[in-house]
Amino acid sequence: MADLFLSMKSVSKRYTGVQALDRIDFEISKGEIHGLVGENGSGKSTLIKIISGVEQPDEGARIEIEGQAFKHYQSIDSILKGIEVIYQDLSLFPNLTVAENISLSQTIASRSRFISWRRVNDIAERAMARIGIQIPLDEMVNDLSIADQQLVAICRALTSDVKLLILDEPTTALTKKEVEALFTVIKDLQSKEITTLFVSHKLNEVLQIAERVTILRDGKKIGTFPSRDLTDERLTFLMTGEKVEYSPYEIEEPQGVPLLEVRRLSKRGNFKDINFKLFPGEILGITGLLGSGRTELAQALFGMNRAESGDILIQGRKITIRSVQEAMSQGIGYVPENRMVQGLVMQQSVANNIVITILHRLINKLKMIDRNKKKDCINSRIEELSIRTPATDAAVQTLSGGNQQRVVLAKWIGTDPKIFIMDGPTIGIDVAAKSSIHEIIRNLAIQGVGIIVISDEVSEVFHNCNRIMVMHKGRIIAEFNTSRTSEEEIQDYINMAS
Amino acid sequence: MKNLLKHHETYVLLVIIIFSAIITVINPRFLTLENFFDVVKSYSFIGILAVGVTFVLISGGIDISFTAVATVAQYVMAVMIIRYGGNIFTAFLLAAAVGISLGLINATLIYFFNIPTIITTIATLNIYYGILIVISGGKWIYALPGWFRAFADIRLFTLCTDEGIKYGLSIITSIWILVVIIAWVILRYTKLGRGIYAMGGSMNAARRAGFNIFRTQMFVYSFTGLMAGLAGLVQALLVQTVAPNSIVGKELDVIAAVVLGGASLAGGVGTLFGTILGVTLIAIMSNGMTLMRVSSFWYNVFIGLIIILSVAFSAYQRRTKAKRAIAVEVE
Ligand SMILES: Nc1ncnc2c1ncn2[C@@H]1O[C@H](COP(=O)(O)OP(=O)(O)OP(=O)(O)O)[C@@H](O)[C@H]1O
Ligand SMILES: [Mg+2]
Repeated sequence: MADLFLSMKSVSKRYTGVQALDRIDFEISKGEIHGLVGENGSGKSTLIKIISGVEQPDEGARIEIEGQAFKHYQSIDSILKGIEVIYQDLSLFPNLTVAENISLSQTIASRSRFISWRRVNDIAERAMARIGIQIPLDEMVNDLSIADQQLVAICRALTSDVKLLILDEPTTALTKKEVEALFTVIKDLQSKEITTLFVSHKLNEVLQIAERVTILRDGKKIGTFPSRDLTDERLTFLMTGEKVEYSPYEIEEPQGVPLLEVRRLSKRGNFKDINFKLFPGEILGITGLLGSGRTELAQALFGMNRAESGDILIQGRKITIRSVQEAMSQGIGYVPENRMVQGLVMQQSVANNIVITILHRLINKLKMIDRNKKKDCINSRIEELSIRTPATDAAVQTLSGGNQQRVVLAKWIGTDPKIFIMDGPTIGIDVAAKSSIHEIIRNLAIQGVGIIVISDEVSEVFHNCNRIMVMHKGRIIAEFNTSRTSEEEIQDYINMAS
Repeated sequence: MKNLLKHHETYVLLVIIIFSAIITVINPRFLTLENFFDVVKSYSFIGILAVGVTFVLISGGIDISFTAVATVAQYVMAVMIIRYGGNIFTAFLLAAAVGISLGLINATLIYFFNIPTIITTIATLNIYYGILIVISGGKWIYALPGWFRAFADIRLFTLCTDEGIKYGLSIITSIWILVVIIAWVILRYTKLGRGIYAMGGSMNAARRAGFNIFRTQMFVYSFTGLMAGLAGLVQALLVQTVAPNSIVGKELDVIAAVVLGGASLAGGVGTLFGTILGVTLIAIMSNGMTLMRVSSFWYNVFIGLIIILSVAFSAYQRRTKAKRAIAVEVE
């Protein structure tokens, strides 16, 4: 066994109402790439927060880094030991420039009380050169795409003398190409003796990059395994204790009036000449790379991004959708891609977030909110989506990342849409929950809702949709009937186009 | 050029130029050096307060109590120099010390009790001001020492109009200028200053990145206190009387000026240049209306309109920016 970089013994963490971690022993060797997996709320982020000293473990834990034991382990200790974390929420400063965000740790670490802007730019340029990317230095982080923001966060971690790099779901918003680039960086860092801890719900990625994988379930450690001994299925089983099976979604050839029809819909710089029909009971998949116009199209249907020409018909009637309100009144629901910012009021309770879209339906004769109705509605949503929360009045920000996403879904499902557009419905959601969300999508479809699922994971659309359209550079370039194609064929089509 | 259009400041400057042109056409006296120096001097009080408010707004908080702090600092200073004598430096030290101490009280309350800053500072405004009124009985002070009067009349350089009236750069104005320069250096070129922006942008991220939130917050509120103390002194120099009820009530004027200059109530955004422009715009409006003989009641209406326009314009800009951002290369 190689030298240990980090060794933790008997680490527990209790929050009010939840045992987030339960006597975990955890080790990382020097220079290894270690994967950490587990369902939503299994304690991955909490473990990371303890390693980075942001949260303190409960009584009885022992933490050693490079053989040095700590009594009161604090964030400054982890920084001095060269531990850098890229958090799930990225922890960037939206109001500062790219250069400043990247060089910030260096700025704080430097002894000088003053800032040299030349140095700030130098540091940022060097970090970007290291992974071969270019983002304008004086752009505000707020104005960047999520993918670029993720890259900025990665660059920031690379500016210091990092020894352990921790990535908490770093690839959720990256394209395949960018993921490959990131993996090259991690491998390159490894050759420089830098250790990496990698958390992700994309199990194939974990198995591809990690040498060993540690599995958490309900705050307990299931074990650490060499990744060559693992497969997707086995990992899933270890995480959930259950076997997840896919069965394709098939429906009879739909006929009659489509729920939604789009004719020659175009908008300059967004999408062009889009034609398709969506029938009740269908789950229509739209896939394609990031930046292919998928999200723009979805937003056009939801009144957030008006098309310039073409028609939208709902049940055969031509309509115009000028605003989100109009879209909602036409029975369209939309789960946005960037849920973290577009979907939730973080300080508010889980309950309030769930009912925010349907308050008008909970009003009783006295024009007041009917409390029992509200409670029922909240409880049934929480159960349906198995949202793990200590209490319905817990603030959303205390939930794990994946559970926050379920709250967004709950909120939109509650509106009973006739047409439901979901942009990346399972980004950052664990396998078990993924299948439960797929189950929910199916049940909605069976009840006659027309559903559009947008995803860049071909396997996701393949396993859940009866029809799949591939978008590329703003156009629909192919359409497949799931029962008459294979995952590989679709994947090849996408790769060929790009 | 494109870069210029990105900045809020450019538009405020544009509005200032347009207004100035209109006022000058109606009353040419507006665009004289004499009027300029006069306006700048009389707005150094609001200007210094605005510097402090800029700091708190950037840090993501708000301070309402600064007018009460200014009043208390001014009053304590006046009483002390009348009773015990001293010189202009003791006057400065007194006002600064009172300002900083009251600011530190604000910061401590905010940090330890974790109460929203607006509530904390509304409370302390009432407490500071209330105690002052109780102790002073609301009495005005006129009998300021001769040296205090003399200091206010100092000019760094003097010019003369055709009619022989002297004017120039007052020492009071230069206090404002000095304050702005120091504040600008702090915000732009120190770790502390960048920490204030970082904290305003994302408190959580700032904590994780290793900024000392407690220290930064202490600094921000004591700095605002210091600015309030100095402003109190400057106001006493300007009007040569100390009236306990002359400053409290001006909070919103100052905050409005700062917000006009581009600072955001949501925190993380704002520049000193913007704040100077915001103060300038308000100053021009008020001065211009006097010169154009418009009733001063209209002044408030206009300020309100400008604020609404400014906010609407920023929102519009954000929208168009968002629209441009979602572009796809369509073939
Ligand atoms: N500040 C907090 N207060 C209360 N409970 C918390 C807090 N932070 C986390 N928890 C709880 O601790 C548990 C573990 O959360 P954690 O964020 O570590 O999960 P995770 O494995 O990272 O999940 P995900 O994959 O969804 O990100 C969850 O049940 C969560 O609700
Ligand atoms: Mg997590």
